[in-house]
Amino acid sequence: MNRVVITGIGIYSCIGRNLEEVRNSLYEGKSGIGLDPVRKEWGFRSALTGVVNKPDLKELLTRRQRVGLSEQGEYAYMATLEALKVAGLDEDFLAKEEVGIIYGNDSSAKPSIEAFEQLRIKKDTTLIGSGSIFQSMNSTVTMNLSTIFKLKGINFTVSAACASGSHAIGLGYMMIKSGMQELIICGGAQEINYHSMGSFDGLSTFSVREQEPERASRPFDKNRDGLIPSGGGATVIIESYESAVRRGANILGEIIGYGFSSNGDHISAPNVAGPTKSLEMALRQAGIRANDVQYINAHATSTIAGDLSEGKAIFNVFGDSRPLISSTKSMTGHEMWMAGASEIVYSMLMMENGFVAPNINLENPEEELLGLNFAYNVVEKDINVFLSNSFGFGGTNSSLIVRKV
Amino acid sequence: MTREEIIDRVNGFLVEEFEVDADAIKPEANLKETLKLDSLDYVDLVVEIESNFGFKVKPEDFQTIHTFQDFYEYIIAKVKGPVETK
Repeated sequence: MNRVVITGIGIYSCIGRNLEEVRNSLYEGKSGIGLDPVRKEWGFRSALTGVVNKPDLKELLTRRQRVGLSEQGEYAYMATLEALKVAGLDEDFLAKEEVGIIYGNDSSAKPSIEAFEQLRIKKDTTLIGSGSIFQSMNSTVTMNLSTIFKLKGINFTVSAACASGSHAIGLGYMMIKSGMQELIICGGAQEINYHSMGSFDGLSTFSVREQEPERASRPFDKNRDGLIPSGGGATVIIESYESAVRRGANILGEIIGYGFSSNGDHISAPNVAGPTKSLEMALRQAGIRANDVQYINAHATSTIAGDLSEGKAIFNVFGDSRPLISSTKSMTGHEMWMAGASEIVYSMLMMENGFVAPNINLENPEEELLGLNFAYNVVEKDINVFLSNSFGFGGTNSSLIVRKV
Repeated sequence: MTREEIIDRVNGFLVEEFEVDADAIKPEANLKETLKLDSLDYVDLVVEIESNFGFKVKPEDFQTIHTFQDFYEYIIAKVKGPVETK
């Protein structure tokens, strides 16, 4: 079995457009949450959202390359450009070697809605234009990036709700571990437009603390009132240890465990048993004990039920070792399909720079979770091993463990 | 619209939407080669023509269009209403 290492990371999110900006935001506990007033005109309960600026790709990509790129594809492209640079992978390498891509994405609502709107008005399918089909499919990110970067290895999208990005990395890890691939661009992307958020808003799952957007996402806090939708793109380049050494690449970390499970329960309500099983499997796969994990980047989205059940699952497995815990969603909001990948990037930045980012807005933790070791403020600490949780609708759970090399 | 206005508008969307260098647009130049059109680009060309001139191009019509001049003449002939000439 091959060892699987991380040699490149890249990020484009509401707390920064690159690794440096994001590292600073994480350290300073800076929120990326704001308001999108148009949502109120459309009858949303909440106008709260992560605020991500659209990148200008005109100088970077040709018209044909841009036409099929969805909003989240643009974010993923920016993150991947940065990750490739960090990994020291250039066009020449991508052209000659077998590099794959596995990305998490579970919707592309806006182009479908716009195509239908055009069809309703024009009554002519040709007038929808050539880009819509490539923007609207769930695999929009992988089909576009594999074309832009001329990739020749494994090429598919993982759709697993809010655990998509985490499972994408987990599946890439398994492919490299087994020797089927040597180098894979993994990641997660999430559209942020209001078109894609209406049905989720309708479940009354979003925070309505609109008068103070930066304080609205408060995972584990007693006064939390829901999640805040967010998005962007995050890329994690993984490869076999042998490949990294052969290339002389800078090894940023090693993936040592991937645990997963399915709740076999309610479609949206979480439980404790499923995440507990995922955590235990990740530890078993990694061959480490609970007290070897120094930091847990929690899935905690700031919903009433979800945070409590995850906290209980963490307590079940890590109650004695008490690793530091924070949910970076307190700053970013819930990056959904992207979150499993972005939270690996956030945790990698913490491990690289010797700190644990704060769980901002956590003032009064749930009493049942008082035994957990929350990072209320930034903590200066050398991390050698961290774990990142991601859970999604349908009860899909994923836990990844990464260690310093 | 005059012939010149139609030609200006065509050149305008070609430069803007198809990102061709304005200097490369010459009446005798080959449209497909100059714009580097692939099969998908023709779909977007249909969209642009409809959006600018209000009529739908039949895909087979492109078979007789080779140069920019052919393209201008095709659109001029299709634009509704009398075409003024200077």
